[in-house]
Amino acid sequence: MRAIKSGKMLAAVFAAVFLIGGAGSVWAQAKTKVNVYTALEADQIKAYKDAFEKSYPDVEMAITRDSTGIVTAKLLAEKNNPQADVVWGVAATSLLVLDGEGMLEPYAPKGLDAVKPFFRDPRNPPYWVGMDVWAATLCFNTIEAAKKNIPKPESWEDLTKPVYKGQIVMPNPASSGTGFLDVSSWLQMMGDQKGWAFMDALHQNIGVYTHSGSKPCNLAASGEYVIGISFEYRASANKVKGAPIDLIFPKEGLGYDMEATAIIKGAKNMDGAKKLADWSVTKEANELYAKNFAVVALPGVGKPLEFVPADLEKRLVKNDFAWAAANREKILAEWNKRYNAKSEPKS
Amino acid sequence: MSAVAAAPARRSLDREAWIARAAIAALALALIVTVALPLYALLSRGLESKAGAFVGFANYAAYFATPGVGRAVVNSLVIALASTVVTVSVAFVFAYGLTRSRMPYKGVLKAVALAPLLAPSLLPGIALVYLFGKQGLLKSLMFGQEIYGPIGILLGEAFYCFPAAILILTTALSLSDQRLHDAAVSLGASRWRIFRTVTLPGARYGLISACFVVFTLAITDFGVPKVIGGWYDVLAIDVYKRVVGQQDFQKGAVVSALLLLPAVLAFTADSFVRRRQVALLSARSVAFMPRPERMRDGLLFVFCAVVALAILIVLLTAAGASFVKFWPYNLELWLGHYDFDNKDGGGWRAYYNSIEMALWTAACGTAIVFLGAYLSEKSNRFAAGRMAIRLLAVVPMAVPGLVLGLAYIFFFNDPANPLSVLYRTMAILVISTIVHFYTVAHLTAVTALKQMDPEFEAAGASLGVPWYTTFRRVTVPVAMPAILDISIYLFVSAMTTVSAVVFLYAPDTALASIAVLNMDDAGDIAPAAAMAMMIVYTSAAVRLLHWLGTRGLARRSQAWRGR
Amino acid sequence: MTGLSSKPSYLRVAGIAKSFGDVAALKDVSLSVNEGEFVCFLGPSGCGKTTLLRVIAGLEPQDAGRIERGGRDISSLPAAQRDFGIVFQSYALFPNLTVAGNVAYGLSRRGLGRAGIAARVDELLDMVGLPGIGGRYPAQLSGGQQQRVALVRALAPAPGLLLLDEPLSALDARVRVRLRQQIKALQRRLGVTTIMVTHDQEEALTLADRIAVMNHGAIEQAGTPLEIYRRPASRFVADFVGVMNVLDATADGGTARVGARTLRLSDGTAQSGPVHLCIRPEDIVVRGVGAATVNAVSARIETLEFTGPFFRATLRLDGGDATLVADLSANDVSDLTLAAGQPITVVLPPDRLRLYPRET
Ligand SMILES: Nc1ncnc2c1ncn2[C@@H]1O[C@H](COP(=O)(O)OP(=O)(O)O)[C@@H](O)[C@H]1O
Ligand SMILES: [Mg+2]
Repeated sequence: MRAIKSGKMLAAVFAAVFLIGGAGSVWAQAKTKVNVYTALEADQIKAYKDAFEKSYPDVEMAITRDSTGIVTAKLLAEKNNPQADVVWGVAATSLLVLDGEGMLEPYAPKGLDAVKPFFRDPRNPPYWVGMDVWAATLCFNTIEAAKKNIPKPESWEDLTKPVYKGQIVMPNPASSGTGFLDVSSWLQMMGDQKGWAFMDALHQNIGVYTHSGSKPCNLAASGEYVIGISFEYRASANKVKGAPIDLIFPKEGLGYDMEATAIIKGAKNMDGAKKLADWSVTKEANELYAKNFAVVALPGVGKPLEFVPADLEKRLVKNDFAWAAANREKILAEWNKRYNAKSEPKS
Repeated sequence: MSAVAAAPARRSLDREAWIARAAIAALALALIVTVALPLYALLSRGLESKAGAFVGFANYAAYFATPGVGRAVVNSLVIALASTVVTVSVAFVFAYGLTRSRMPYKGVLKAVALAPLLAPSLLPGIALVYLFGKQGLLKSLMFGQEIYGPIGILLGEAFYCFPAAILILTTALSLSDQRLHDAAVSLGASRWRIFRTVTLPGARYGLISACFVVFTLAITDFGVPKVIGGWYDVLAIDVYKRVVGQQDFQKGAVVSALLLLPAVLAFTADSFVRRRQVALLSARSVAFMPRPERMRDGLLFVFCAVVALAILIVLLTAAGASFVKFWPYNLELWLGHYDFDNKDGGGWRAYYNSIEMALWTAACGTAIVFLGAYLSEKSNRFAAGRMAIRLLAVVPMAVPGLVLGLAYIFFFNDPANPLSVLYRTMAILVISTIVHFYTVAHLTAVTALKQMDPEFEAAGASLGVPWYTTFRRVTVPVAMPAILDISIYLFVSAMTTVSAVVFLYAPDTALASIAVLNMDDAGDIAPAAAMAMMIVYTSAAVRLLHWLGTRGLARRSQAWRGR
Repeated sequence: MTGLSSKPSYLRVAGIAKSFGDVAALKDVSLSVNEGEFVCFLGPSGCGKTTLLRVIAGLEPQDAGRIERGGRDISSLPAAQRDFGIVFQSYALFPNLTVAGNVAYGLSRRGLGRAGIAARVDELLDMVGLPGIGGRYPAQLSGGQQQRVALVRALAPAPGLLLLDEPLSALDARVRVRLRQQIKALQRRLGVTTIMVTHDQEEALTLADRIAVMNHGAIEQAGTPLEIYRRPASRFVADFVGVMNVLDATADGGTARVGARTLRLSDGTAQSGPVHLCIRPEDIVVRGVGAATVNAVSARIETLEFTGPFFRATLRLDGGDATLVADLSANDVSDLTLAAGQPITVVLPPDRLRLYPRET
């Protein structure tokens, strides 16, 4: 009898679970769905999605959002049977990786002509089109700096001074796109030899290398370290939340990457994908980007943001994405050899 | 005597044998499809070039030529060994206190000991930074040492692996024969001698299982070292760097293959120990009832209380963190961190998805795991199938979640695979989660089954009762405590898991645990702690409900345990 | 085997072999059991008794050989279809079921109905002297009670053959003797054909109609207890069952030489060469012995122990080359005023001497 009872209970559990499951998977199928893979921030997505769906009421965005590394790995792993129709708001360097695998569909969105030239793949039609730029930025914790009597750095070169020993955090270029952006821009900006010499010196001051591009700024914001090498969006977001940090834009120039859009070859909803690509270059979309980023694809739309200098675009170094992509493995191997293989620096 | 076995009986019994074979075949097949084939899909990439051409072991050669690889291997072994020694020793004493003493508050202590299971792996990371970081509340306890590094990893892994060790060890220690103890006492054996000659041998299988589980968990986990590892390079982080940082699946497959070695060892050791294991709980056994002993009970209580306190401090720190406006500069209390809909990661919808996924995982997973363990241990049909179940059951533990997730993409997203319909559904999240946590659940079931009289099945068969009836009427009720433990384990693990499902979720199946990860990454540490605590509260509540709901049933069906 | 029974043989096993890896647990075992018979498998631990029982029960597949019941081949029939009740060495009582639940376990598919089952359970428990314990759990019973519950559980479905694996080995000596009688009485009453495994020769001798003595996976001898005791077929059986004196000797047709002595053997003995010469302690004669009596040997009493029913004497043969153990009745000892240290002449009657080949 006991057994019967427990059997009934089990059946009830199963039934309950089925009901929940069933209710969860009922979906209204009125609109066509476009599968979007993105690394945009969640709070940005909400506004963009609403605006897009207003312009195209027949298309619904089904969004898979994750950090750049995960999204890229996922896209590559799905290569044989792509699930994404469109990649949207993913680093241009990642799109180059996908392009290298022949996964992108060239497409010239309506209104492409208005886009600043360096915001698009030079081929015609372009395989990807940029949306906005995020640039290397230092997060400088003023409270901890004052406690430790540490001066505010002005330049990349300043970071190699002994006073910053153990106080700096930067993303590991082997795990983070932002980290790689930093390294590749230094090499392009300073040249090979000086670039590595700079990193050798910087390495002496690094407290820890992190596995995400946001983390250094977060660590500076919470006072774990004084300086985090990160990017301006994360820096502003942390400052808005109340972190005692200053944003520093080193005077030699800023490495950057681009959030960009591309259509996946063989997209199941090609029509929807094209609509999103079209919308991504509209003025409306660019005005939304401009709320978060100072430098956007359409000229004249960008406007100064709090904490960010108005001339940010001029401070960007020349970043040759193709060069960076082609030399990625070599650079990472060298970086790994110099800094990863070395035992922990004693501070 | 009358000749009772008539023709109709024969047909039903042939059917019985057929059912056993079919069940074994089905389970073995299920494990092949969900464990072996996906892993093959991934690991075979380790032998291919980027373009997909077969290159033999070139990737391995290239990998081992990378500077610093040796250090990562050594670090991994050191940290895994250290975690194993620390976790298993502490867990053994704790489990000993729970099962072999009359110390007070056992229920509470056990609940706290298992509490780390309720928390996503990021939570100890966050809490340890709040406690021991540069701004940490208890920073002075570090004596100038950094939490970012081996110390942090060790603490995090100990917290993370502790419940698994407790689960296995309490199961192993709880079923013990009073008569053996009485015999030893009557022979005038000292307490230490009884411990050495009765307690330890009885728990040996559990102890070895616990060591392998903890070692493998610690060596494959990348969640803790990623947050708090600092400079300390380990292999699991290397997988992360290769796969997520560089999208180099070939090298990722190479490192994954290396991380599988412990599982192979574990299986070898498992089958070695298995030959020596004797059943401890025969029908003639008398359930062990520890006698009160003030000195022993007092010491054990103090020890367990200190461990429990340490666990609670970690959880409470995270709970506190979720209410603080901006650590450490604005310590105002604030509820806004629980407003998930405006944060990264899918909001409250993700939270409900997680609950749905966890319910499915617990319901289906418990049934499959226990039946699989039963058939592989107790049936005598279809030996090859049982061997396959046993082997494949211990593999998943050694597969880092990240690797499992990728393997699932390669295998289930293959257009040629008829199972590709499962891709991007709730079902694949449930399957991957069951597989991811299969080993600990399986070992718990096996440990419980091994402690039963091996003749139960033979007795049932000799009485003309089909195996599935004996399974239902005897095996399941006798193993009910272990079964409940397994279902809870699967539920809470499903609530917290990140690394595999992060590759597999779809827009409408976003999960709370992934939200934690993404919020933390975006610097929303307090909201991340808040969502992590929502997971903890939910799992704790379900645990409580489960306990209340099954208490009556358990009390009745376990009445025989008492005297 | 000893096929003198008029009853048909109920169970026949022929040429059974079984190995576990390199261990040959059974080697070419053949045996038949008559209907209603009580057979014991007797042998030292590890000799394969349990394995043979499990093969018969269908719990362990044999590597070779054939099992028949009532002339029908059941070699590959699963356990559940063999209609055999088994009492396991561990009893294997289901700890989560009450005594009644255990006893009724094999009855549920017999169409007895709830009341019928309850009545049968009560009847069975009464039969073994355990009325009214149906509601208890196994852990609440003593070892002897558990044993009896296991017995009636096996008997409940009225099996054609009852198999018992060392059913008494875990009990203390007194309970064992009492239960031994109870099992025997029950078996008589029900007339159920029974095979019991034991390593205890006394148990086998008192309970069995027939004993199969096993060693190293083979049956050395099968026969009635008296046959086994009186005429052990091998040195091993002679040694294993009862106490046996063993002397190294050399046989030569009708005589055997032990040291300097020559002993007569019973008529018709034609063995020659090195042998073990065996005699039971109670067969050594001390009364009415003269120097001229056949096979008289002189010795000295080394020790004399009182064991209750008799005295056990250790005798050292003159010449000092061998000792014998002799069981002497109390009357012999008092009538002959025997004491340790005394010389004595004893007779080893030719018809009680047994010879087994000896390897040199
Ligand atoms: N399941 C098994 N696996 C391996 N060896 C076994 C197994 N069962 C029995 N044996 C071996 O077979 C031989 C006979 O065992 P068993 O029949 O149990 O002996 P007995 O009951 O006479 O003591 C022993 O050497 C024993 O070790
Ligand atoms: Mg035996």
